[in-house]
Amino acid sequence: MKVQFSDVSMRFGAMEVLQRITLGAEEGEFLCIVGPSGCGKSTLLNIAGGFLAPGSGSVTIDGERVTAPDRRRIFVFQERGVFPWLTVEGNIGFGLFDVSEDERRARVAQYIELVGLKGFEKSYPRELSGGMKQRVEVARALAVNPDVLFLDEPFGALDSITRLQMRSELLRIWRAERKTVLFVTHDIEESVQLADRVVVMSARPGKIRRVVDIDIPHPRDLSSRRYIELRDLIFGEIGLAHQV
Amino acid sequence: MKNLDHHRDTESTEEALSSSVPLWFKDSTLSFVMPLITATIGLAIWAAAVKTSGTKIFPSPIAVAKAIGTLAEKSLLWHYIADSLTRVFAGYAAAIVIGIPLGFLLGWYAPLARAINPLIQMLRPISPLAWMPLAVIWFGVSNAAPIFLIFLASLFPIIVAAMNGVRNVPPMYLQAGRNFGLSTPQLMRRVMIPAVLPRIIVGLRLAFGIAWVVLVAAEMIAVDSGLGYLIIDARNAGKHYDLVVAGMLLIGLIGLLLDTAIRKIEQWISD
Repeated sequence: MKVQFSDVSMRFGAMEVLQRITLGAEEGEFLCIVGPSGCGKSTLLNIAGGFLAPGSGSVTIDGERVTAPDRRRIFVFQERGVFPWLTVEGNIGFGLFDVSEDERRARVAQYIELVGLKGFEKSYPRELSGGMKQRVEVARALAVNPDVLFLDEPFGALDSITRLQMRSELLRIWRAERKTVLFVTHDIEESVQLADRVVVMSARPGKIRRVVDIDIPHPRDLSSRRYIELRDLIFGEIGLAHQV
Repeated sequence: MKNLDHHRDTESTEEALSSSVPLWFKDSTLSFVMPLITATIGLAIWAAAVKTSGTKIFPSPIAVAKAIGTLAEKSLLWHYIADSLTRVFAGYAAAIVIGIPLGFLLGWYAPLARAINPLIQMLRPISPLAWMPLAVIWFGVSNAAPIFLIFLASLFPIIVAAMNGVRNVPPMYLQAGRNFGLSTPQLMRRVMIPAVLPRIIVGLRLAFGIAWVVLVAAEMIAVDSGLGYLIIDARNAGKHYDLVVAGMLLIGLIGLLLDTAIRKIEQWISD
């Protein structure tokens, strides 16, 4: 297993947030974690990122225990994580402070191209739309060539059209780069569109209710019977009747 | 990426719509001419009021202009302005040098802030002018007394701006910085300082406004030069109200110039 959660529990004061989470992600796997808000899925991701120490249990990556943040595994926030005082170029090159100037320039150019921001190199985040800022953040993460990406509701602040576009962009990038991806979302549709496996969590204290294999090849047909079946399965698992 | 441009359009449209200033006003010559018109009307009302009321005390705009001319001729004017500016910059610079690092420390180390912040919050509402008797005892009738008052006046807004700035840096900026493997000094230089800078600049402008107000009052007591002294001296030496009003106008105009200059720096930094 690339990323292994072993019996991870967490409490904030008297509040139990995570209860005995055991979960593994394989190398190159796209794993989505869904659950109602407050189920501790973000906490779980922050523990894996090394930003929080688990109350008990442990997380290992490549068999090595996670104790601190590490640039081999980068956390991507909603688009608010881009630095407003740096240009697109400056943001994407932010983590490349220990490589030569030439390599830095080459890698920045490569990832600007990959996320489709050519022509916006000198723009500042305030001049960009939400979706573009999100691309900057993804490119900033990829530029340091990490082997794991943690994405915490990265598209949550985007409008639904942009969100759909960003999903297919992310899948394209994931196929090109083959990173292990842990993607936290409360959007069930999103998880079924993206993931190899969907981890369904229960409301607080967060426990794993079920892990669902999404056995639909990419590109996924969102009106196929299998897609709807899996989606409804997860809706049911979370306890939502899929009707308004 | 055609769809990207679509969003940019939307946002610039919103920006244009949200601006309450009519479009024709954005013309820079107009935005310069309008205040001039206001000033002219103001002067006209002032002149008419002096004339119709027949006051012997309050000077007309022309008398004030003449007074400024006389001052300028005697080169006293430049001398006073230079003295006032020197004092304000000395006190202000000292407040920056001490206030910004102190504010950073207080923002960064919460326990330190808990220990020191109540003291700061208690000292802050005391008008710097209330320190005047003590300043005169400590520094005598010298430049040091008003400089000390300016220092006090600008210190607290600067400390508070830096402290709140550091506290309000979005945690994800720091998290991202650490994620990319930055050491604490690197985090300071590459994340903390640029993130806090806009707030500090706002605090600096605020502090300067207060410093300028305090300077004039301080000069009325502790020294025998400067724009504040000009006013008090003109009154004491035979009720020269033309000079009093001239002093007031100069203080206002120089204050406006300096504020504009700081705003320009502010824009330049945030761009």
